[in-house]
Amino acid sequence: MNEKKRGPVPTGAHYLDGDHACAEGAIAAGCRFIAGYPITPSTEVAERLAERFPRIGGTFIQMEDELASIAAVLGAAWGGARAMTVTSGPGFSLMQENIGLGVMTETPCVVVNVQRGGPSTGLPTLTGQQDMMQARWGSHGDYEIIALSPSSPQECFDLTVTCFNLSEKYRVPVMFMMDECVGHMTEKVVIPAADTIEVWPRRWYRGPRDKYLPYAPDKDGVPPMIRAGDDHRVHITGLTHDERGYPIITAECQHLCVSRLVDKIRNNADDLMIVKEEQLDGADVVVVAYGISARVATKAIADARKKGIKVGFLRLITVWPFPEKKIRDLAGKVGCLVMPEINLGQMYREMERAAAGKCRTLLVPHCGGWVHDPNDILKAILEGAK
Amino acid sequence: MKYWRKPLDAERKKAPHGNVHVIFERCKGCGFCVAYCPRQVLEVSTEYNRKGYHPPVVTHPENCVNCRLCEALCPEFAIWNTLDEEEARTEPEKAL
Amino acid sequence: MNPDQLVGKRGTPDFHPMEDFLRMDRMPHIWCSTCGLGTVLTAFIAAAQESAIPREDIVVVSGIGCTGRAAGYLKYDSFHTTHGRAIPYATGLKVANPRLKVCLISGDGDLVSIGGNHLIHAARRNMDLTVICVNNFNYAMTGGQAAPTTPQTAMATTTPYGAFERPFNIPFLVDSCGATYVARWTALHVRQLTISIKEAMLHRGFSFIEVISPCPTVYARRNRLGTGLDLMKFYHDHSITKNFASTRECDIKFQQDIIVGKFVQKEEPTYLDSMEAQMKKTLGAKFVPYVGPMDPAKDK
Repeated sequence: MNEKKRGPVPTGAHYLDGDHACAEGAIAAGCRFIAGYPITPSTEVAERLAERFPRIGGTFIQMEDELASIAAVLGAAWGGARAMTVTSGPGFSLMQENIGLGVMTETPCVVVNVQRGGPSTGLPTLTGQQDMMQARWGSHGDYEIIALSPSSPQECFDLTVTCFNLSEKYRVPVMFMMDECVGHMTEKVVIPAADTIEVWPRRWYRGPRDKYLPYAPDKDGVPPMIRAGDDHRVHITGLTHDERGYPIITAECQHLCVSRLVDKIRNNADDLMIVKEEQLDGADVVVVAYGISARVATKAIADARKKGIKVGFLRLITVWPFPEKKIRDLAGKVGCLVMPEINLGQMYREMERAAAGKCRTLLVPHCGGWVHDPNDILKAILEGAK
Repeated sequence: MKYWRKPLDAERKKAPHGNVHVIFERCKGCGFCVAYCPRQVLEVSTEYNRKGYHPPVVTHPENCVNCRLCEALCPEFAIWNTLDEEEARTEPEKAL
Repeated sequence: MNPDQLVGKRGTPDFHPMEDFLRMDRMPHIWCSTCGLGTVLTAFIAAAQESAIPREDIVVVSGIGCTGRAAGYLKYDSFHTTHGRAIPYATGLKVANPRLKVCLISGDGDLVSIGGNHLIHAARRNMDLTVICVNNFNYAMTGGQAAPTTPQTAMATTTPYGAFERPFNIPFLVDSCGATYVARWTALHVRQLTISIKEAMLHRGFSFIEVISPCPTVYARRNRLGTGLDLMKFYHDHSITKNFASTRECDIKFQQDIIVGKFVQKEEPTYLDSMEAQMKKTLGAKFVPYVGPMDPAKDK
């Protein structure tokens, strides 16, 4: 590739696996800082970026562990870079404390988790979707993050750009919940022309330097951001803080600080909801799925439709904040919601809660290591149609 | 100033003179300045400030040579020196 | 130089000369009477001024603990991060924005215990950071637990019968990992400390300064060492200045002589230097150096 002539984004049709597509997505989104630590099955993302970055003006640093990686990403974001790290389950667990710091300090960054079988060392080379709840609740304290889930290498490219955009718009770490299957699956990925890729700018503060308040929100609840080195003399801390960023250790400040962090996402949940709907009207059963399980579910849905069952399909792209409203509406109209996931019931709990008993819910669990057998999903659909 | 012998240029040169400024209420009575002033300019006062500490009091202002060690040692940013106004005008290099 | 400027520079009778560099709206700070941390701050500010590094380039990062609060009082771009992770955070800041002069002020437990891994790697990489490690021999903020620097036989809340683990010899540790500027001073050696911090800030590469500082409320009280002033007197009587001493011999035993001085000062390629050199060598004309952080003026 002759990057200098063509520019950093390799426009055209490619045959890439999910990891590589994610790397290209980061480049297309303007990310030029990666700090990572190798962990299967995410290593390819870092490896590709280690190779590409020196040719396109990015900087890649392999840190000594995942804790250092996420800390470096947060520091780099405050240094003014678009920053990302990639990991899998065990590394994701290590990163939780600093993800909390990222949420508390409202640092825009992307954390890619190419999920594998867990818990613990688990199945390093085989797929799972077992970190979904952890993405939302992994760190201590009350907080909200945004998480997206791709179902194909093409989406690994497209949604990485979306992840960066959302992280900038909401000044929050965004979790990109890939899985090993999508990460190691090679498919056609079409990369559009660089000037057609929508990359949202950072919400820079443009007022007088001495009046900057790092946590004074705009109308949508998100404060503008600056970078270190521009003489704003800002103080950023993980302690509960007021608008100036100064720590105030009181219940009142906690209420103001934390509620805003949470509301910032919850109040904008509708904007954040990205789903793909198919034949929901008049459906008796709706399959709700995300990630690789959604791909497998399409086979089961096709088979069920051949048997004459009215099956709708709701594919979740935004997994957090969970599209509660959508599920609540749907639950009033259908007989059963079926969710296949490669875990023993994580997003299913959210779906069941949102359905609030208005319809039946069925889980098609899988311990991990491989994708579902479509027949298992079909069986659940048939059961749901009864 | 007590010398062990008279310097040969004592007539031409003299040590700078500094003024000590203390923010009475800021002091937390650590005693560093009093203990380490090389010219014994300060003493621990018997007065209390609002925090309940005894700030330093300048008992020998004529001895201060603007060495600024009190300024450097103070953990509370409560004491500092300024060079004597007259000297600052005529011999500015002494301030450095 | 205009003498009026000098007087102004020195501060006026009403304002301490360093007030512009402190967040006065957060004063008084939380540190105890006779704690040495305030002194470390004055040394830092004086050194930063003397180094003539532009103020906007200076960034202060700290961890958690009493020393960790230092970032909160300094009026530069300052970051108060999680326990032990100040160094990788600072690495991220530096690598993403190489123009910055990234300084760390953090405690012994934060840097050498939970942050130990990050310390040795930053030293290994010769990452261009200035690290000021304030060593008060325990975890003071949380009440005085033993730290990897607590000398044997000393009392701490988690070693109520006396510490028995061998403590770290921090200058030896960072020197062996490749730090290119290593010094140790006490809070009493404020002038030497100021000079060291200035040299460290101007030094290209990983600079590490250990500052032995009194902890009156916790370490000194539990070990019956008096107040911070008594500890300063101890440092006065028991510190031996040995510039360029072998760091191997710089361990600290409980209430015994402390070797201070500038131990290591050498020039070696920093992380960014090495990266650029290697890329240029292998990629040649195809190498595109890091474009730097986003520019708010252009990112719209």
